[in-house]
Amino acid sequence: MSIEVNGKSLETDEEGYLENLSEWEPEVATVMAEIDELELSDNHWEVINFLREYYEEYQIAPAVRVLTKAIGKKLGKDKGSSKYLYELYPYGPAKQACKYAGLPKPTGCV
Amino acid sequence: MAKPPKFDVPELGDYTVTPPVMPDAMSHSQPFVAKATHQEAIGFPGELIDNWQEVAIEKLGELTGKYRGLQVYLDSCVKCGACTDKCHYFLGTGDPKNMPVARQDLLRKVYRRYYTVAGKYFPKLVGAEDLTKDVLDDWYKYYHQCSQCRRCSVYCPYGIDTAEVSMAAREIMDSVGLGQKYCNEIIGKVHKIGNNLGLPEAALADTLEGLEEDVLEDDGVPVKFPLDVKGADVLLVTPSADFFAEPHIDGLIGYAKVFHQAGLSWTVSSHASEAANFGLFIGNYDNMRKVALRIREAALELGVKRIVFGECGHAWRVGYSFLNTLAGPFDFLDSNYPVPQHIVEVTHDLIQQGRIKLDAEANDDKRVTFHDSCNVARASRMGSKAGGQFVLPREIIKASCNHFYEMPANTVEEATFCCGGGGGLLTDDLVELRVKGAMPRMQALKEVHDQHNITHMAAICAICKSQFSKVLPYYGFEMDQIISVHQLVGDALIMDTEH
Repeated sequence: MSIEVNGKSLETDEEGYLENLSEWEPEVATVMAEIDELELSDNHWEVINFLREYYEEYQIAPAVRVLTKAIGKKLGKDKGSSKYLYELYPYGPAKQACKYAGLPKPTGCV
Repeated sequence: MAKPPKFDVPELGDYTVTPPVMPDAMSHSQPFVAKATHQEAIGFPGELIDNWQEVAIEKLGELTGKYRGLQVYLDSCVKCGACTDKCHYFLGTGDPKNMPVARQDLLRKVYRRYYTVAGKYFPKLVGAEDLTKDVLDDWYKYYHQCSQCRRCSVYCPYGIDTAEVSMAAREIMDSVGLGQKYCNEIIGKVHKIGNNLGLPEAALADTLEGLEEDVLEDDGVPVKFPLDVKGADVLLVTPSADFFAEPHIDGLIGYAKVFHQAGLSWTVSSHASEAANFGLFIGNYDNMRKVALRIREAALELGVKRIVFGECGHAWRVGYSFLNTLAGPFDFLDSNYPVPQHIVEVTHDLIQQGRIKLDAEANDDKRVTFHDSCNVARASRMGSKAGGQFVLPREIIKASCNHFYEMPANTVEEATFCCGGGGGLLTDDLVELRVKGAMPRMQALKEVHDQHNITHMAAICAICKSQFSKVLPYYGFEMDQIISVHQLVGDALIMDTEH
C-alpha cells in the first residue's frame, strides 16, 4: 500500500501507517485525514505536534494520560480528557493520531 | 483503520438462544500475516516454506509426542456436541466452524489422516483429510477465531482443552512460516525492549514521574512509583498497558496507593516491564520461557523478596501455573509468600489484616458488576482455597463499593464469557470478530444493567479492559464504563497523609 503526498509515493503498512517514519511531513497528516474523510483543525494539529515532540524525545507515543494532560494545558482543562480526544480522533487518539503524526502503531493490550 | 469496517452488530436478546447456523459466515476473517522480520526475530521461518506440508505434519507428530494432553484431546472427542453452543464466537457469528468441536476438527482430521491406523487406510470412514492449502487456510482463519478462553472445556464431558488445540495449530503454522503479525511483532518487542508496547526505560520513567505528580495533586499524598529500585521488597510485574492505556492506568495508581498505605517497599523493573506473555498464545514454549526469564533476571538483579503480578489475565495463568517451571527455582525469594503473588491477593490480605482501610462510600456514585477474566477464572487460582479466584476479587470490590451486582449465573465464575479479544486477537484487523464475540458478555451486562442500573463493569485483565473500551459503544454503552478493580480500591482507600 502507499499514499501520494506532494507528488511522492510513500509506502504504508496494511493499516495505513508509514513504513518509513522519516518520510513524514505535515502533508502526510492532511492526506491521511482526507482518506478518513476528516478535516484537520488547529486542535487536531496540537495533538499531532505534541505526539511528534514526545516521540522525538522518547521513541514511543505518550501514554493516553500524558497526552490528555498536555492537551489540557495547551487548549484548556475541559479539553484535557480522553473523551475530547476521541471527539477529535474517533478511531482512538492513541492509534489514529499516531498514524497521522507518522508514529508507529502502539502495540500490546491497548 | 481507515474506515470503520462494515458489518452488522448483533442485537442483544436472550443469551441462552443458540443462533441459526450460517456456514462460512466468518470465512473472510483472518488477521494480518507476520512479516519476515517479525517471524525471524522470534525464531520462525520468515515466510511460508516450500515443503510446508511435510514440516507441518512432522511438527504435529512432534507436538502430540511431547504434549500427551494434546494427543488425548485429539483422540478422545466423541462429537457429543456439548461444546457447540458454549463458544462466544459461535454465539456471536453463527459460523459452524466456530463450534469448538468443529474448530478442533480442522486439526483433528489431519491428525487422523497421518497418525492413526484407520485414518491412514480408510480416511473417508473416519473423517480424516489430507493437509492441503485449503486446510491450512482454514487453520489460519479459524485458529485465530479462538481466544483460548476454555469455556467449552468446562462443558466437555472429556475435559478436552480447545485452547491447547488452538495453541498447537498456531505453533505448527509458525513453524512453517505462517505467523500472526499482532502476536509475533509483540513478542519480538518484549525480547528487544522488555514490553509489548516497546516502551523504553526513559519513557517509562517519565510516565511514572507524571503519575507521582498527579496523585500528589489529586490526593495530597506523596505516593511513589519506583522504577528499578534495588533492594525493594516487592517486584511488581504488570502489563505495559497499565503504563499507557485507560482505564488500566487507574488500576496501576490503585496498586501504588495500596503499597504506599501498607508501607510496602516496591518497584517496577524496566527489564521486566511486562506481565503479559504472548508466547502462551502462540503455543511456543521457547518464546514463553524467554519472556518469563526476564522476570527472574529482574528479580535477581534488583534483589527483591517477592514477585507480585498486576491485573493481567493470561499473565496470571502463566505466572500461577508455569512460572516456577519456566523460570524457577525461586528459592532466593521470601518463602513466606507464594511465588508469584497476585495484586488481588496482596490487597485482600492487607484488608484482612487491617493494614489498609477502605471507605466504600467513596464509590457511592457507582453501581458495579464484575467480569471474570477467562484465564484467571479457568486456568488459575488465588488465595488458599478452591474458587479463591472468584471470591477474592469480589470481596475486594465489595469492600470498595456499596453497590455490587452479579451478572447471570451461567455467565460468571467458571462459566464466564470471554471479553471477545483474548488469546492474541486484540487487534484492529479482527474488530468484526471482536465485536461479535463480545455479544454474549454484552447480553449478560445488559441484563444486569436493566435490572440494577449498573454504571460500571470492573475487570482484572488488560486485554478485557481494552477490548471492552472498544466494543462497549457498539452495544449502546459508554467506553468508560469498564474500569480496573484497583481503581475502585484506589478511590476507596483511606490514605494516611503522614506516611
